[in-house]
Amino acid sequence: MSFYEVFRHFADSYGLIIIFGLYLLLCGWHFLPRSRDGVERAKHSIFQEDDNV
Amino acid sequence: MESTLGRAGIWAVVLLLAIAGAVGAQDSGFAIHMGIIGAVAVLLAVMTLVRFDPLAKAQTFFKMPPGPARYDDDVVRWGVIATMFWGLAGLLAGLFIALQLAFPVLNLEPYLSFGRVRPLHTSAVIFAFGGNALLATSFYVVQRTCRTQLALPSLARFVFWGYQLFIVLAATGYLLGITQSKEYAEPEWYVDLWLTIVWVAYLVVFVATLLKRNEPHIYVANWFYLAFIVTVAMLHVVNNLAVPVSFLGSRSYGAFAGVQDALTQWWYGHNAVGFFLTAGFLAMMYYFVPKQANRPVYSYRLSIIHFWSLIFLYIWAGPHHLHYTALPDWAQTLGMVFSIMLWMPSWGGMINGLMTLNGAWDKVRTDPIIRMMVMALAFYGMSTFEGPMLSIKAVNSLSHYTDWTIGHVHSGALGWNGMITFACVYFLVPKLWGRERLYSLRMINWHFWLATLGIVFYAASMWVAGITQGLMWREYGSDGYLVNSFIDTVVALHPMYLMRAFGGLLYLAGAVIMAYNVWMTIAGRVRTEAPMGDMSYDEEADRPIVSNPQAQPAE
Repeated sequence: MSFYEVFRHFADSYGLIIIFGLYLLLCGWHFLPRSRDGVERAKHSIFQEDDNV
Repeated sequence: MESTLGRAGIWAVVLLLAIAGAVGAQDSGFAIHMGIIGAVAVLLAVMTLVRFDPLAKAQTFFKMPPGPARYDDDVVRWGVIATMFWGLAGLLAGLFIALQLAFPVLNLEPYLSFGRVRPLHTSAVIFAFGGNALLATSFYVVQRTCRTQLALPSLARFVFWGYQLFIVLAATGYLLGITQSKEYAEPEWYVDLWLTIVWVAYLVVFVATLLKRNEPHIYVANWFYLAFIVTVAMLHVVNNLAVPVSFLGSRSYGAFAGVQDALTQWWYGHNAVGFFLTAGFLAMMYYFVPKQANRPVYSYRLSIIHFWSLIFLYIWAGPHHLHYTALPDWAQTLGMVFSIMLWMPSWGGMINGLMTLNGAWDKVRTDPIIRMMVMALAFYGMSTFEGPMLSIKAVNSLSHYTDWTIGHVHSGALGWNGMITFACVYFLVPKLWGRERLYSLRMINWHFWLATLGIVFYAASMWVAGITQGLMWREYGSDGYLVNSFIDTVVALHPMYLMRAFGGLLYLAGAVIMAYNVWMTIAGRVRTEAPMGDMSYDEEADRPIVSNPQAQPAE
């Protein structure tokens, strides 16, 4: 198999799985029960201690 | 004193190199660019030696508050002024080339021919207007959300002024005919190298500020800004890989050829849209819309899904620019599929922005800045629906190479990028200059309607023009020959081109009103005007009629 073929077969098999898993991990992280407070804090963080300076 | 001499010495060396470059230049364009760099070096040397500080004078002229009070906003103020200036220049160039298409006599050869002014327009509005807006807002937002001052303040100033030098070199280069003929990446190799240096400095300033933050969480707007900076750096470097013909000349050969070159170009070109005009401006949206509405973003988690989906999907969508070309079929289909998938995160983001106003929808009536933001989000939604639709091969076979594409780009650029930038500038100017409010809120309203009407004229005429063109090009007679020659379509489109130019004129007029409004705000003036959304209330009239008998039924 050529260099190109090795790459493209990796890309549409394991590569695709890895990237899709990474995507789910990065999005899902913020849906864990323990990150609820962090998300809520971050959401309101731009309004804390604001004096428009 | 020694350091002063040392710095002046550096500028003298730069001047000498620029003179040497100009003398040995292979072409006049390169010589003129070396002249510009030499002039900048002279100016900087004079500033160092005689303590002549035009910048301080200019800051007085623009009534900028001195020194960093709590946040370091100097660069932000300069960025706002540059945004206004380049915005007007870019829109004017756009109106000019729109008129050239309608009246070819306006093609003033060679410097102001359509082929040279067109990249001037696109680069001025995208990189000069949009780029300065992104620079200014990113430095503003990153300081507020991290609750810290800008790291490396002198490097931040280098980023701003270095970027302006890039714009000047690029713009003069286009008019002189210096181009590597890659759309949205026209500047030649030495200007590209300069931009790379400036951009890496931008990344360093931004990341260093994030690192010294006093807030545990990095607010989502900064994610979008960081994605924009990192991805644009990657795109810029890869797409501009080239070997100069001569180190003292403006010509170069690209590293790629044929269909690889085309794919690299549109991988760059589409992600310039995706990460420059989308991710960067979404960062503005995620900070300024909640701030102006005074409500947190509708769903912070949705913003995170929005972010990662854009990152993972956008980078694959470029091949939809190359449907029915020499690009392999699977790559075209890949580009199309990813473009269609992009529709979901885009609309998720639009809904997130719009729903932020949930419970505060009355502000659309009373607050013209919110109204602009809502219109920007609506156009974000419309153009991110139109884009995936146009990327479908069957649709693309009609729309590609026609004015439909131009209309699509402008509904995104004028509607989304323009409107959100205007709204952010209106938000920023009173705060940056310590003014109580803008000079006039009613003028924002005028700007809003002029801009909206301008876009309607622009997009509607280009839809009609594009579909007309597409249908005329593919029309076969019973003898199997094409019915129309190219000039037939040009003649048919003339009325649409006039309407488009009129739309551009309206949009430019709105921006001129904005410039006046911003100027007066900076000058510290406040226009006496009736407040917006004031309802008259007559307490006397607000009571039921009790003396009358019951209403008679209608005969």
